[in-house]
Amino acid sequence: VLTMQIHHTKHHNTYITNLNASLEKLDAAVSAGDISAVINLQGALKFNGGGHLNHTLFWENLCPAESSQIKSDGELNDAVKASFGSYDELKAKFVPATVTVQGSGWGWLGYNKATGLLEVATCPNQDPLEATTGLVPIVGIDVWEHAYYKKYSNLRPDYVNAVWDIINWETAEKRLLAAK
Amino acid sequence: GGGHYNHAFFWDEMAPPDVAAKTKPSAELEGLIKNSFGSMDKMKAEFEAASAPGAVFGSGWVWVVVNQAGDKLSVVGTPNQDNPLMKGVLAEGVAFPILGIDVWEHAYYLKYQN
Repeated sequence: VLTMQIHHTKHHNTYITNLNASLEKLDAAVSAGDISAVINLQGALKFNGGGHLNHTLFWENLCPAESSQIKSDGELNDAVKASFGSYDELKAKFVPATVTVQGSGWGWLGYNKATGLLEVATCPNQDPLEATTGLVPIVGIDVWEHAYYKKYSNLRPDYVNAVWDIINWETAEKRLLAAK
Repeated sequence: GGGHYNHAFFWDEMAPPDVAAKTKPSAELEGLIKNSFGSMDKMKAEFEAASAPGAVFGSGWVWVVVNQAGDKLSVVGTPNQDNPLMKGVLAEGVAFPILGIDVWEHAYYLKYQN
């Protein structure tokens, strides 16, 4: 609980604060026609903008364990079956990929509009999934150390497996339907 | 490899506060600090700015390095477990770390959080 509180009120908040600051600077640079300054801001925009996008997606795809239920029918179930064979096979791909992110980053289940299939992907730092890979985010798990260190210390696999049990699959399905 | 080297370097450069307080830079190092930054305080300020939240995007390290010619110090940040000694990491070319600080969250989270 404490990890989540600090995560939301401190880390996510900081991304938003810094995003707003960057956007103000961007406005000023664009108004002044200062291309160099505009380009210079791209790193901060991606980092803080990505941080805001990613964390918003994260909170929205979590729910209490009792509410986290995998439906055995519907669009998401069909997509998981077509793309991986089963939820167990999806998990068997998602967890190792997410656990082995080097440094800071995120693990994602994403929707590929071109193929109509779901894919597991990872992004470094706060790089946003869609802008980076074209995949539409369906489920994301934060594996920056701040997401788990207080409770799990270095045991990232324990954390990822635990979060898997509190994923809000209804939200995931809504995202998939919206993407289609 | 980088992770091992960096952490070995890190443990080596630290000492208990009372022991550390008794150490000071050599005349040569003092000279380099003055020429490169102006003063120890200015070097410290630059180092702190380079370690500030968002300065390194994500996990990484911040270093005081000396250039290959041996006549200038600078503060640089590197991502993940990269090290200034690795080719292609620093735009200005390979440099020699003399001081480094781990800014991966695991280095400070339990005590300092964000």
